[in-house]
Amino acid sequence: MKNSIVSHSAKLAALLIVMAPATSEAARAWLLPSQTILARSGGWVTVDAAMADDLFSFNQGAMQVDALVVSGPDGRPVAPQNPAKGRTRSSFDLELRQAGTYRIAVAENMVMARWEEDGKPKRWRGAPAEMATGIPANAAKLEVEQTQRRVETFVTVGTPTDVNPGAGTGIELKPVQHPNDLYARETAKFRFLLDGKPATDLEVEIIAGGTRYRDAPEEMTFKTNKDGEIAVTWPAAGMYWLEVSVQDEKATVPGVKKRRASYAGTFEVLTQ
Amino acid sequence: MIRLTRIAPGMLLAFAGGASAADLSLSVEIPQLPVAEYHRPYVAIWIEGADQAIAANLAVWYQVRGDHTKWLPDLRQWWRRGGRDLKVPVDGLTGATRPVGQHLLKFDAAKAPLTGLKPGQYTVVVEAVREVGGREAVRIPFEWPIKAAKRESASGSKELGAVALSLNP
Repeated sequence: MKNSIVSHSAKLAALLIVMAPATSEAARAWLLPSQTILARSGGWVTVDAAMADDLFSFNQGAMQVDALVVSGPDGRPVAPQNPAKGRTRSSFDLELRQAGTYRIAVAENMVMARWEEDGKPKRWRGAPAEMATGIPANAAKLEVEQTQRRVETFVTVGTPTDVNPGAGTGIELKPVQHPNDLYARETAKFRFLLDGKPATDLEVEIIAGGTRYRDAPEEMTFKTNKDGEIAVTWPAAGMYWLEVSVQDEKATVPGVKKRRASYAGTFEVLTQ
Repeated sequence: MIRLTRIAPGMLLAFAGGASAADLSLSVEIPQLPVAEYHRPYVAIWIEGADQAIAANLAVWYQVRGDHTKWLPDLRQWWRRGGRDLKVPVDGLTGATRPVGQHLLKFDAAKAPLTGLKPGQYTVVVEAVREVGGREAVRIPFEWPIKAAKRESASGSKELGAVALSLNP
């Protein structure tokens, strides 16, 4: 799968340029599982992957899932089945044969570059290894940024099991409350790590799904504490989208200084 | 996991006449509903401790023919409180869905699953969920061990009818 990151990123870059609205921000990225809690007998779930500001309506563009990694309860990868790439969403099925929690993540490590060529703005997005071929050596007014993006969701068969972050790069979730054990009007603690250490003093935004049916986004914002934690009291049952990001100068790619790391998660909150 | 004694209404009378040990009896009504498409509800009945964890499972009724355990998580309270840790079927605990009517259950205080109960405050929870229908839980708090004869009742508003708890020392 990793081999296709390059072509995929080129496609994504093209997509982003075509779709870019008034702002330069990309649309919200999210994974939407058909269900998050399954009986011990396991079964199938379908996951949609989209880039759309309306949560969770796929009305903007599909999210590329070439960098998808699904980890089973034993930490081993689970192969997605029936992958499909549509115009408004990507989707794939997962057969969950084992009891425990599955982590479904699209984690990308990219480089974004902007420069000027003959007075015209140019941009490139690709894998760090492709930088030399993607960016002209003498590019004028060159600005380069590393982007570490993680888009994630969780599904549990039977009893929830530990979900330990493994990458140690970018922003990761180290749940205190299990992400498949969330209930309306209860408080859940989430811990975020940046490069494997508590991600302190970051703003976390949480928005309930169904934004199309509300006049206001009604986002909830939190600041991570010294342990990288936030405490969320869920106002109602439903599917929620969470995002946290940071911009710093801790890029891990040689020759790049600026780095933007982001985490977006989809969590289902159940009725009491 | 836990064994229990579930007794048919007729047998309950027969037992009542004998030398009686302390017991906890429950009457659970599955109401008749004026709906076009009716399916018998899945029902879980358990004793919840003060920490809201399951102290004792009393009964779980679901469609046992075919693999229909996939709908057990819809018994949301039961599922999160410990139903998800249980490997079904469990002899003496799980059984087929029940028809509309009163269902009587009786448990000997000196036998599993009640023997494990430490003195304290508990709640009997009856939760029902119905395909193309709704979900409802009815709760009756009680104190353990049984000190005096007591009868408490509560009622559901839709998916469950009258629920009565009898404690006999």
